Amino acid sequence: MLLARLTQANGAPGQEGEVRDLIRAEIEPYVDVLKMDTLGNLIAIKNPDAPGPRVMLAAHMDEVALMIVGVDSSGYLKFRPIGGVDPRVLVAKTVTVGAKKIPGVIGSKPIHLQRAEEREKAFAIQEMVIDIGAKSKEDAEKLVKMGEIAYFTTEYEEIGQNKVKAKALDDRVGCALAIRLLKEEVSFPLIAAFTVQEEVGLRGAGVAAYQAEPDLALILEGTTASDVPGTDKHKHATAVGQGPAITVMDRTVIPHPQLVQELFALAEEKGIKVQVRRNTAGGTDAGQIQLSREGVKVAVIAVPCRYIHSPVSVMSKDDFEGAYELVKSYLARLEEREGSR
Amino acid sequence: MKEIIAQLTEAFGPSGYETEVTDMIKGMVEGYADEVRTDVLGNLIVVKNGSPEGKKVMFAAHTDEIGVVVTHIDDKGFLRFANIGGVGVATLVGNRVRFANGTIGVIYQEKGDWKELTLDKLYIDIGAESKDEALTKVRVGEFGIFHREFADLGNRLIAKSMDDRIGCAVLIEALKKIDKPTNTLYFVFTTQEEVGLRGARTAAFGLDPDLGIALDVTLTGDMPEARRMDVSLGKGAAIKVKDSSLIAHPKVKELLVQLCETNGIPYQMEVLEFGGTDAGAIHLTKAGVPSGTISIPTRYVHSPSEMVDIRDVQACIDLVVAVSNQDLTGVF
Amino acid sequence: MDIKQVFRTLSEASGVSGCEAELAQHIQEACPWADELRTDKLGNLIMLKKGQSPGPRPKVMLAAHMDEIGLIVTKIEEDGFLRFSTIGGFDQRVLLAQEVVVHGKQKLTGVIGAKPPHIQTQGEQRKAVKMEDLFIDIGLDSAEQAGQVVQVGDLVTIKRGVSDLQGSFMAGKAFDDRAGVAAILECFKALSTITHTADVYGVATVQEEVGLRGAVTSTYGITPDIGIAIDVGFGDSAGLPDTGTIKLSQGPGIGIGPHVHPKLLERMVETAQEWNISYSLDPTPNPGGTDAYAIQVARAGAATILLSIPLRYMHTPVETLDYQDIQRTGRLMALFIAGLDHEFVEGLTCF
Repeated sequence: MLLARLTQANGAPGQEGEVRDLIRAEIEPYVDVLKMDTLGNLIAIKNPDAPGPRVMLAAHMDEVALMIVGVDSSGYLKFRPIGGVDPRVLVAKTVTVGAKKIPGVIGSKPIHLQRAEEREKAFAIQEMVIDIGAKSKEDAEKLVKMGEIAYFTTEYEEIGQNKVKAKALDDRVGCALAIRLLKEEVSFPLIAAFTVQEEVGLRGAGVAAYQAEPDLALILEGTTASDVPGTDKHKHATAVGQGPAITVMDRTVIPHPQLVQELFALAEEKGIKVQVRRNTAGGTDAGQIQLSREGVKVAVIAVPCRYIHSPVSVMSKDDFEGAYELVKSYLARLEEREGSR
Repeated sequence: MKEIIAQLTEAFGPSGYETEVTDMIKGMVEGYADEVRTDVLGNLIVVKNGSPEGKKVMFAAHTDEIGVVVTHIDDKGFLRFANIGGVGVATLVGNRVRFANGTIGVIYQEKGDWKELTLDKLYIDIGAESKDEALTKVRVGEFGIFHREFADLGNRLIAKSMDDRIGCAVLIEALKKIDKPTNTLYFVFTTQEEVGLRGARTAAFGLDPDLGIALDVTLTGDMPEARRMDVSLGKGAAIKVKDSSLIAHPKVKELLVQLCETNGIPYQMEVLEFGGTDAGAIHLTKAGVPSGTISIPTRYVHSPSEMVDIRDVQACIDLVVAVSNQDLTGVF
Repeated sequence: MDIKQVFRTLSEASGVSGCEAELAQHIQEACPWADELRTDKLGNLIMLKKGQSPGPRPKVMLAAHMDEIGLIVTKIEEDGFLRFSTIGGFDQRVLLAQEVVVHGKQKLTGVIGAKPPHIQTQGEQRKAVKMEDLFIDIGLDSAEQAGQVVQVGDLVTIKRGVSDLQGSFMAGKAFDDRAGVAAILECFKALSTITHTADVYGVATVQEEVGLRGAVTSTYGITPDIGIAIDVGFGDSAGLPDTGTIKLSQGPGIGIGPHVHPKLLERMVETAQEWNISYSLDPTPNPGGTDAYAIQVARAGAATILLSIPLRYMHTPVETLDYQDIQRTGRLMALFIAGLDHEFVEGLTCF
């Protein structure tokens, strides 16, 4: 299954190779132009020279992970998060490190040896190390290079009522959606930008948009769901199972009002369940794409995911299908409009 | 001019939803401009052609204002919200909110300590008795503004959204006074300034001006026990040296000072330790645009009662007119 | 041209973010190796050394910022003391009792003062002085007197000459990033005796300390294929951990992270090894904070790499480095550039 393969591929910001190769192989048969830039964005275009609006679908390939920044004298690996990771989620996880995919664990002091008050404090990132079983610094340095990445090892699995658990759903769900949507037959130029380095500051998207020069862009994301026990209802950013979320504002973007209205109206017309993203924190590639050149109409459509930026996140397959149906319907609507010109 | 300021400040225009304001301005500048157009982000671009040897000068004043966005409607019809732009929690409790359809609500707080007051402990009461009733007036995701009428105190005026409708008023009044300018002028009424100087960025990319000047409000330090700031109401146009978004181009700063000196326009120098204006976005456009800011000194910025002095406003208008007619050949 | 002497002059010159013209003038005079010199609209100094091949040639941009952090006058008090704020990130604790130059109508010497310890309570003495309690004393007795020579918005720099420490170690102000500028000059000098295909744009950028602003616009204007940012990095010093620092006297730190193109990293390391130039690896998951960040995303993007000259006590007036690290950085860049060709540049979009 595509989403399973996508989430199990590894791709830290700036090192998206595995994901990019997988996507490239998937979409090659369906597109007319396939190019990469110096940052590693993968840009696919159907009907590049056709008349009509240049429509871009954008999803980022990178995921949060851990970068190796040192090896101590005993051969433990020191690391820092690349992208936003809550250090508290890291303790006692398994990882795979670097090009050689060396298995490792993030260890911690056994409970027996801790004082009671120690357990009330969160582990700081500086206190944690990755243990690959190396016997010495030299031993470790033979296997792992500075700047290599440790990835979570979570396997994709379908659980419960139509749910999925996996790592990196943010934003492999977007990638999976864009890949499927590229198969749609349209007559206007359709661009899919698989961007790099979103998690370290929306770095790839602006560069991709500058090249692709879209008139309109739909950013496909995995977004925070906070429908969990202990959270007040009015603090639920999105809820899993309530359909794809449409953004009205976040830290980086206020999407185009008419486009947002159109999407809500279309969802209602087609009977697709959608929700408003009810939180203005966080950012997406839309922030950079909207401000490219003289400005681009943008909207953000996101699949709600619980526990994003951790080793394991959970989403609903129904929300994923809803997002697919909504964007597909929107493309069909554009096609009708273009056809009647 | 007070009439224009009253109309502009009472209009509805949270970031991203500025159409009411830009439409109003379109009406106000009719007959005075050579061209009026709108771009993808909603910026209103008003063009006044200059002589062929003149430079391209972009003036920017933003049309958007801070506000709220509804994030939740509970079973009893109370609204929860997030801020749009820099909203001070201390200015909110007991204040009113207005939505595009005219719905009014009052902001109040859950029980708890004032010192620990945060936005998520506040709610809006629109007088609805149930969720269903609330939904007939407001939707989740809807944008609102802080509701307050304009007040004329003589030389001093109070209103919401003086930031930056007063800048808009300066540009409109200046445009009316300019007949055949030396330079080609782009009066850009920008969008989404309060959320990150966004409209100015795309507008400047399209226009690629030789000189960029933002008209925006700045803080003052002339109130009781105020934070130290050497700008006062009534002492003239403030010429910006720096803020967080911009270090004014030395030549632009010198030009503005010199024009004030030669035209007898009162002015003061401004160093703002935080905050930014559209000039911050304009000067980083393409290969760079020499830029500066003419600031209108304003008390209580980002509260629903922002105060300006009409004599400072006049000084800013005079300065914009002076720039418009200045021969900038060889300078930029 | 004695570049070490130029470096000394540059360090002692004044160029707070936004007012770098004096620096640009000094650098221009110290760069006889450029074919073209120009200043762009924001004040970036662009030195072009053309490649020796028929065009179109690959474009390499070397960027080091010439601005320094400084102070700015915010208010003149009634008794003639000046209040100030900062431009760029200063630790206010290092400011106390520094001598400064106030750039008013003329250059005025001043000292930074605060309430004397004798009249402070014990509690006060244990706390760091706050920025808002500091002031500059220029020896004038009233606002009226001071107003004749100073106005709000005038810049202030720390008055500090360069000290030669043991061996090739030096200390002074504004080594961040005049050291990078010196490395560009060392590179240009070295390139004058080596054949190279690429056009090399040495850029002394403006306004880095307030948000990489000069690099944004100069990159847009140049549109390089490859961008090399040269900045200072955190040198090992007392009280700092090994992780996140680079050692002095061991050449530049070569950055690893999202801001570094993998093929440039590989080639830079190969070049250093081949020519026996010492270097450290400097991994960071956080790509911000240097001109490389801005260069990478201009227009359709550029392949970038960051070289960091190890520096102790960053953002203080006693920044300390080993001049040999500047020379190593310049030489490494020159040899890297000499090895570039079209094929390599075209390969930068192949992953």
